[in-house]
Amino acid sequence: MTETTTPAKRSVPLWAQITIWVFLAGLLALVGFGLNRASNPMAEIGQPVPDFDLVYFEGYEYNNTPQMKLSDLRGKVVLINIWASWCKPCEQEAPELEEAWQLYKDQGDVVFIGVDYVDTPEGAFGYLKKFGISFPNAPDLQSNISSILNRQMGVPETYLIDRDGVLRQIKIGPFASVSEIQSFIANAE
Amino acid sequence: MKKFLLILTLALVASGLITAVAFAQDTTPTDDEVNAIAKQLYCPVCENTPLDVCPTEACRQWRELIRDMLAEGKNEQEIKDYFVANYGARVLSEPPRTGFNWLVYIIPPVLIVIGAVLLFSAFRAWTKPKSAEAGTGPESEARASSSDDEYVRRLEEELKNRK
Repeated sequence: MTETTTPAKRSVPLWAQITIWVFLAGLLALVGFGLNRASNPMAEIGQPVPDFDLVYFEGYEYNNTPQMKLSDLRGKVVLINIWASWCKPCEQEAPELEEAWQLYKDQGDVVFIGVDYVDTPEGAFGYLKKFGISFPNAPDLQSNISSILNRQMGVPETYLIDRDGVLRQIKIGPFASVSEIQSFIANAE
Repeated sequence: MKKFLLILTLALVASGLITAVAFAQDTTPTDDEVNAIAKQLYCPVCENTPLDVCPTEACRQWRELIRDMLAEGKNEQEIKDYFVANYGARVLSEPPRTGFNWLVYIIPPVLIVIGAVLLFSAFRAWTKPKSAEAGTGPESEARASSSDDEYVRRLEEELKNRK
């Protein structure tokens, strides 16, 4: 017996509602697709390091090859040292790294690669010359290598990759001595 | 007369040399010229700090690089292209208008327009008098009156039934 009357509500037309929902769904799909495309594979300890390109500095190539992929170094232990000429802690370890490289370079199964992060060519070459660095070095173009190595974005950082291309260890901050570098490399065996 | 002409010629040559030296000195880009480009760039190391005001060594090196490139005759776009090629598009203060970056420029205005339309519709609905919605003419009054009569009739009927 209770009859109620409700006033007619003015609502958004159906075509407008459909248009808005289609627009929002399309927008979400686009953003999702864009994020998926932009995300890089990242390295994790114990997992194979995703492949990346190295374009060496002139005069700092490996085996006289100006450009190569990380996967080309399979079968060798690879030590990747991230540095920058504006980084003061990097200067602490630069002589030790070069000294350690002199111990390994003739063995042929250990490769040191310096990766120069967010630097200018003038600064980079000045640094390499100042510390007499002779091991292969490459710029981190567009920070691509940093992105793949999933870096903390500080320098210096050093990554150890074993003969199978698996990331074995990460060192944040500078090495204090050559023996510390040797112990670090021994973890790849 | 010949002597005067010789002196005049030497004076002109000397002034020309001085001017040339002055022009040569002017080719060094000023801080303002460097900062005009630097303020459009951000160093990845010092996030959220424009390059023109960033005090770090890395940013100082970048500003010097801009100065060198300007001195080489490179224009603003060429310098920005160099930085993008070496350090990535994230160093730009404004994302380049290509590919998915267009979403950054399109979505906010579209959402603002949609929001404005919805707000306008909502405000119009809220502020419109109810009488305007129901109608104010004689027909609507008659409708209201007959509806009241019906209500009174049914109310009385209910009361009778309860007795």
